[in-house]
Amino acid sequence: MSSEWASKNSSQPSKYISVENLGYQIDGKNLLSDINFEISSGERVAIFGPSGAGKSTLIRLLNRLDEPTTGTVYLDGQDYRQIPPRELRRRLGMVMQQPNLFPGSVAENIRFGPTAQGKTLDDNKIEELLSGVDLDGFCDRDVSKLSGGEAQRVNLARTLANQPEVLLLDEPTSSLDRAAREEVERTILWVLQSQEVTCILVSHDREQVERLTDRVLMLEEGRLKEDGTVQEVLDA
Amino acid sequence: MLSQWIDNQVLLGAAQAGITLIAALIVLGLTVRLKLGLKKDILVGLGRGLVQIVGVGFLLTIIFSANLWVSIPIILVMIIAAGLITVQRIKSIPNALWISLIGITAGAGSVILIMTLLGVIKQDLTSVIPIGSMMVYGAMNANSLMLERFHSELASHAGQVEAGLALGAAPEQVVAPYARRAVTAAMIPRINGLQSLGIVWIPGAMSGMLLSGENPAYAGFYQFVVSGSIFVTVGITVLISIILVRKQVFSPAEQLLIRSEEKM
Repeated sequence: MSSEWASKNSSQPSKYISVENLGYQIDGKNLLSDINFEISSGERVAIFGPSGAGKSTLIRLLNRLDEPTTGTVYLDGQDYRQIPPRELRRRLGMVMQQPNLFPGSVAENIRFGPTAQGKTLDDNKIEELLSGVDLDGFCDRDVSKLSGGEAQRVNLARTLANQPEVLLLDEPTSSLDRAAREEVERTILWVLQSQEVTCILVSHDREQVERLTDRVLMLEEGRLKEDGTVQEVLDA
Repeated sequence: MLSQWIDNQVLLGAAQAGITLIAALIVLGLTVRLKLGLKKDILVGLGRGLVQIVGVGFLLTIIFSANLWVSIPIILVMIIAAGLITVQRIKSIPNALWISLIGITAGAGSVILIMTLLGVIKQDLTSVIPIGSMMVYGAMNANSLMLERFHSELASHAGQVEAGLALGAAPEQVVAPYARRAVTAAMIPRINGLQSLGIVWIPGAMSGMLLSGENPAYAGFYQFVVSGSIFVTVGITVLISIILVRKQVFSPAEQLLIRSEEKM
């Protein structure tokens, strides 16, 4: 899988994601205003800020789970509103705060994305994906029997099964206890290093941002306040 | 006892309704004492129920001798009223009125039409209107139950629905388990009704036929016709409605429009 990723990423232009004048309003309230930034292929970027700053809103807009009120996002130079939503969401794989696994086995969950495209995922591939998140032998486990950390790693593997070009991680450890948080974070770091995938991480955990990313977009009250390296933004 | 004192049938009916109202008001008094907060709903229900059904009774007295075609506008009015009543409780589903009108018309309208043309329902107003009303009523309740259940399933499983969308699945695919549950919830009362027919209850159509001196065996067959037809009506209505509503809860960009209840 890593070789497929490498070939995909090598063909991406330098500014792979371009966010232009993005805004989101609901019930007359501005949750995000005038957001502009670009992300190059292979970058690991954190969206950082206090609770209520609009971090999750922004990552949901990137996955087009919500519709921007203003502006748009260009993916590989193409306005993402021109890309069919299902294709866009496969290319920008999202891992949510809660695992939201579907009732059934771990394997059924891993197969979900490829099956939705009419593809089949053989057992070896599923084992390989589970091995990548340190869950060897979990194929036939019932998801209701998994711990929080295991469920979140299955969630990550389920997203990776679609072979996304970009990983969108929305506070992937925020609902976990300390031990599970460390285990999931370790897995994410391993995936990012081994796959060289472009990644956007939403987090309010400063240490996590330092460990997993190189660049920080600081949001406050729905506006982009700072954009720079981890040291530049967090040590300022 | 009342019939010994009152000769006029309409006055007799009014007196019988009066006694029923007194019993209902006793229940109303109990709910007020228990502070159940149902006073207004009960009073409106009793008032509207009495005025509407007696009004229809008088109307039917006038039109029963009219042509069978008169049943078409009457049943259409019933369907529109059923659609409007349904959406009073389901405001957060876009286009719920149109979905309900199409579903109820497809279910009740088609069954009434086919059963009347085949002669299963007698081709006169005294049969078509009351039996048609039972079908519209059954379709309205089932449709309302299905829409409400579908909405609550989506609101309480919004995370899973969006997880499915985020994995690139089609909206119809991600809502399929919740659509199945909603349809099942709407069908179960009718299936229970069929299973308990004659054992737990003798429904209104058969009761009416027995009271008017019809052959009990024929009344039994005819009750099955009515109950079976209502089951078919309900089935068609909820299946059409669920097909329509599945698309309405998503935007053109396949975004879930139902607000999550998970964080509340």
